[in-house]
Amino acid sequence: MRKRQLSANFPPDPKPALLLNSKAGQEQMTPVTRRGHKMKTLFKAALAAALLAAPIALFQASAALAQQPLRLTITDGVIEPMPFALPMFTAETGGSDQMAADVSRVIAEDLVGTGLFRQIPQSAFISQMSFGQQPAFADWRAINAQALISGAVAVSGDQIAVKFRLYDVFSGAEMGEGMQFAGTAAGWRRMAHKVADQVYSRITGESGYFDSRVIFVAESGSKEQRAKRLGIMDYDGANVQYLTENGLVLAPRFSPTGDRVLYTSYESGSPRINVLDVATVGRQQIQTAGGEMSFSPRFSQDGRQVIYSLTNGGNTDIWRTDLASGQSQRLTDAPSIETAPSLSPDGSQIVFESDRSGVSQLYIMSANGGDARRISFGEGRYGTPVWSPRGDLIAFTKQNGGYFHIGVMRTDGSEERLLTSVGGGQALDESPTWAPNGRVLMFFRETLGASGGPNLYSVDVSGRGLRVVPTSGFASDPSWGPLQR
Amino acid sequence: MKTLTKAALIVLALSAAACTKPDRFANGAGDGMGAGNGIDQSALGSASDPRSPAYFSQTVGDRVLFQVDQSTLTAQGMQTLDGQAQWLLTNSDYLAVIEGHADEQGTREYNLALGARRANAVREYLISKGVPASRIRTVSYGKERPIATCADEGCYSQNRRAVTVISIGSLS
Repeated sequence: MRKRQLSANFPPDPKPALLLNSKAGQEQMTPVTRRGHKMKTLFKAALAAALLAAPIALFQASAALAQQPLRLTITDGVIEPMPFALPMFTAETGGSDQMAADVSRVIAEDLVGTGLFRQIPQSAFISQMSFGQQPAFADWRAINAQALISGAVAVSGDQIAVKFRLYDVFSGAEMGEGMQFAGTAAGWRRMAHKVADQVYSRITGESGYFDSRVIFVAESGSKEQRAKRLGIMDYDGANVQYLTENGLVLAPRFSPTGDRVLYTSYESGSPRINVLDVATVGRQQIQTAGGEMSFSPRFSQDGRQVIYSLTNGGNTDIWRTDLASGQSQRLTDAPSIETAPSLSPDGSQIVFESDRSGVSQLYIMSANGGDARRISFGEGRYGTPVWSPRGDLIAFTKQNGGYFHIGVMRTDGSEERLLTSVGGGQALDESPTWAPNGRVLMFFRETLGASGGPNLYSVDVSGRGLRVVPTSGFASDPSWGPLQR
Repeated sequence: MKTLTKAALIVLALSAAACTKPDRFANGAGDGMGAGNGIDQSALGSASDPRSPAYFSQTVGDRVLFQVDQSTLTAQGMQTLDGQAQWLLTNSDYLAVIEGHADEQGTREYNLALGARRANAVREYLISKGVPASRIRTVSYGKERPIATCADEGCYSQNRRAVTVISIGSLS
């Protein structure tokens, strides 16, 4: 096992060693060294030091896990959630019990929330486990745990360190390297999310998405005079902050790096595109081409351009404006409504919504405009297409016969799959946004009627794991940001 | 019956008066559409005075309705707009902001574009009847500002509307 661990060290991960640079403070990710083997520890410490200077040789899940028996492949079929055991993380310093419990809880919530994992209750455990001990694999096998997550939390002043190791119970081997995250105590949830992202990634072969944030519209007041403001929160609804005053703001979108937000605001009297800096909360209106309103903005992949809808003389088309030069280019020119553009991850194509056929459908054109081909052909109306960050799927809103759906289709329009269904005058679903790994969607479901309102939901791309994202009040128009560094 | 209709008209007139605040768009950073602000009753005038905003909203009619997904004016809508054009030509110190609205079916962004289409259909009709384009501005609210909140056609048909809001002042 030691050998395996060492050899597992060598496929280099291109990611830099310094992972986190949050407001909460700088956090470092380093391999945990195993206790009780002095030679090994020395060697590994030297190795870790060398690797910190160079791109760190962290375990690359997808490459090295190919031979591992413990593997959960996310497919379309219904799967049995994988049972895991997570003994409460060891409190390594006095007074860190509560933090250890909180970190353990958030990691488990992240994993269970995917619908792919099931937590084995503590009461079923045959043996307990402290971090650093060799697991008694027979005891964990006996309760049918397939994965075992062991960890420790140390608190020192306002600093904390979270360590973990992941074990494949049935093969009795560690999966990947133990790791440590260190930083300020205020960022403890992020450290828990980082651990969960590692576990998720090592077991599924997909990149994680827990250490990410969502921008959304927080709503209050009566339905006739709804007040709306921008909010930002962790993907699981924690750490909400509001970025604007109450007013009328619509459909925010994160920049690819998560540092800025585009949104539509009525602050000037008409709908206009604004850009907001997340760190400073400074905001300004974007000078677009001329027209009575501009809306539906999205960043280009490099964050330097905005594609959006512009209305002139009552007619709405899609335009592109370069933020630095202010130069604008018209991308569609039709008497119909063209809106909700979304760029492919390589930036070469745009999927958008148009009612040129008489009813809203989805079309794809070159990122420079020109001819568009229709990709949606099912019954009903299609809207708000969003290209997956993986490039393989397009999520959309569909309305048919009084029912509303969030769905996905391939980029050629094939294999349409509806993930949700509401209607009958009860509710509507709208506005999907992709998790950074392209495996989960968030959207809003709005209950209808005078007292109704929107709430955020997430669902797996296979349609599993539909769940409410908790917010303190009505919330709509989510935009999922990138994994944080 | 009569009384009910009258009561409804008064409510309409009061809400129209609230919408006549000339500074309603200057207030964007605050509460958007003047929610919670006082009603500017001095601007209401008497409904029997044909030069008053109350007369405009009650007798002339300040709104036209649309079919699902449509921005084509109905015969009834055109009749209302004929009256609006006449009133605006007579009362040349008034400016008009035409608000386009949609029902809650359909996505937020599509409805914003649809509301703009509806407002523009009204604008073009008024211009064709001689109202100077410089006195008319349009704004779309999409599905953001319903006036009826039930989840059926009875409410949806009232929300698919374009409302002509008149004021004395400048079009920002």
